[in-house]
Amino acid sequence: MKEEPIKSFRDIPGEEVLCSGTPACAGCGGLLTLRHCLKALGDRVVIVNAASCFTLLAIYPLNPFKNSWLYTAMASAPAGAQGVRDALDVLIEKGKLDSEEDLKVVVLTGDGSAYDMGLSSTSGALYRNLDFYYICYDNEAYGNTGFQESGATPLGSKTATTPPGERHPIGSELPKKDLFEIWKSHRPPYLATISPAYPIDLINKFKRAGQYRGPKLFISLVPCPPGWGTDPSRSVDLAKLAVETGVWALKEAVRGEVGHTVVPKRFKPVEEYLRGQGRFAHLFRPVRQEETLREIQERVDEYWRLHKLLL
Amino acid sequence: MTREMLTGNAAAAWGVRLAEVDYVPVYPITPQTEIIETLAEWISDGMMDARLVTMDSEHSMITAAGAASATGARAFTATSSQGLLYGFEMIYTVAGWRVPLVMVNVSRGLSSPLTLEPDHNDVLAIRDSGFLQIHCETCQEVLDSIILAYRLAEDERVLLPVMVNMDGFYLSFTREPVEIPNPEEVREFLPPYRPKHAFFMASQPMAQGVAVLGGSAYSYFKYQMHLASLKALEVYGEICAEFEREFRRGYGPVEGYMLEDAEYALVMVGSFSTLGKKAVKRARDRGIRAGLLKLRLLRPFPEADLRRALEGKRAVAVLDQNISVGKGGILYSEVASCLCNSKKRPVLLSFIGGLGGKNISPHEFEFLFEKMIEAFEQGTLNGPHLLYTEQEWEEMSLLKRTAEKEGAA
Repeated sequence: MKEEPIKSFRDIPGEEVLCSGTPACAGCGGLLTLRHCLKALGDRVVIVNAASCFTLLAIYPLNPFKNSWLYTAMASAPAGAQGVRDALDVLIEKGKLDSEEDLKVVVLTGDGSAYDMGLSSTSGALYRNLDFYYICYDNEAYGNTGFQESGATPLGSKTATTPPGERHPIGSELPKKDLFEIWKSHRPPYLATISPAYPIDLINKFKRAGQYRGPKLFISLVPCPPGWGTDPSRSVDLAKLAVETGVWALKEAVRGEVGHTVVPKRFKPVEEYLRGQGRFAHLFRPVRQEETLREIQERVDEYWRLHKLLL
Repeated sequence: MTREMLTGNAAAAWGVRLAEVDYVPVYPITPQTEIIETLAEWISDGMMDARLVTMDSEHSMITAAGAASATGARAFTATSSQGLLYGFEMIYTVAGWRVPLVMVNVSRGLSSPLTLEPDHNDVLAIRDSGFLQIHCETCQEVLDSIILAYRLAEDERVLLPVMVNMDGFYLSFTREPVEIPNPEEVREFLPPYRPKHAFFMASQPMAQGVAVLGGSAYSYFKYQMHLASLKALEVYGEICAEFEREFRRGYGPVEGYMLEDAEYALVMVGSFSTLGKKAVKRARDRGIRAGLLKLRLLRPFPEADLRRALEGKRAVAVLDQNISVGKGGILYSEVASCLCNSKKRPVLLSFIGGLGGKNISPHEFEFLFEKMIEAFEQGTLNGPHLLYTEQEWEEMSLLKRTAEKEGAA
């Protein structure tokens, strides 16, 4: 069933499914994303989690959720979702469970699981057209273990395993994997990028996704103060800057058809996003690494030119 | 009840069908595949009311099976060897979820070298996980054990997953006459699964598989699993007695063969026990008071039964179809730990045989009994003895000569 889109902040559901009092870091962009996602999804949800920062949201005997929770392992949350979804379906079909007791099955992982270790089990779930939601909160490194390089780490980022040094001055030498395109190649009914700084866009995407059976996937670029080397108070601004500079394209793909949902009228220079993040500081000091800065800007421009949104 | 010639794999499939399982996530691997193919056929033909899903790996398969079990469905899955190791992480995880999942492992030696034929290093790798382990010698035992396993796993006093093990090829592909019980009789023994403990539903939010902080909470849950596993020994006894009344087939945690009055006892597990029993018979013909103890349950380990059966023997030889590289036989250590404080402790010997499906010849069994007698009479103890015949040595020498020749060319 298609739901009417919301238009303003006032329309965001007031009720919290993710309650306060979590052990997440101050300014965690992932937590803000999750809070909005759960406002959109409601509490008749079972979150199937893979090893990531948010695994530590549920520590015996407490957790901040009004919904259910199953922690699996790092590689196989989508497979856990398969088991839960299938079991609910079979039990309802056989009359062993009232259909009123049905749950939405939601996979929740960081980028390490989504981009790297869990890619195979995600591909399997997409191939099987599993009716589930997938929320990836992407802080562009293995954050929970101290910010090591992952497949989501962008070019030029300092991480604990790509420390800028004399031989490797730019930090990470590899560009970020394009998970959106990897997932899109499976042609799921609904796929979108989201941002904690754009909650209206986020909630409307969940509303649109809700009308489809099958995989409904979301990737959120989330500022991570301890990993990014930024002040917690700047997280929302940074998430916004990522969109305004064109680094993070807010878009959706309905059965593979891509449409951008937020396109800046004038793109700000990428440097405005990079500057002030500890993980990119070495690109500016002691000397500007012009070539890398140019390459990062060029990659962003190339993306938007490709989509004919930058002339 | 009907009687049919069934392979071990087909018998396993029948056990699953009779248990009226709801959900079967699968992934193929030799020599287990026939089980899931048989189930797929029955489900496709509507002869079995279950959902079967081909997963993307054993790791995913065990995750899905455990998650379905945690949601309240009766779930089944099967694997072998590399597959079990690929899903290893989830074996411990699922056991910690305290879900009544039943799995079959069709034993096969572990790479490398890569092989297809059986030994028990695969299933013994998950020895400490919390899964209970039932080891089968015959195809009938495979079918019956799956039904028993669900009763055991779903018992509120246990709530631990169960692994039913059979040897690849020797049992998985061997046809034996098997009695297939009537579905109504099985349903009476094993009613549909109605979980009373926590499971997922909208009106009852629940967190499962959550993290703990610190050793006291972690130890508490681990100790609980251990105590539940020990409790499973008692529950197993009750269930087996009921099964025997119903189906006239009994399965104790250990099985003795000519053991009562034996002076020299052999300890074995799985389908190779059949070879051991033949060897015992031949030894008896030669005037040696031989016997055999077959372990059916490896977890929980039936310590008291084993001690009762082996105390006072002159010598006991544990024939391990596995090898803990750098130590020796895994079950030898387990048996020794049960007997070491006994005042009527027999002399204990360790033998390794049957690795990667290697045959254990009559001659090797003779050697084994000779060694037991020698150990008892002369006190000579050494080992573990790595069984290998002269003929096998010659076959291997030929292979090596061929390898060298090819290398030089």
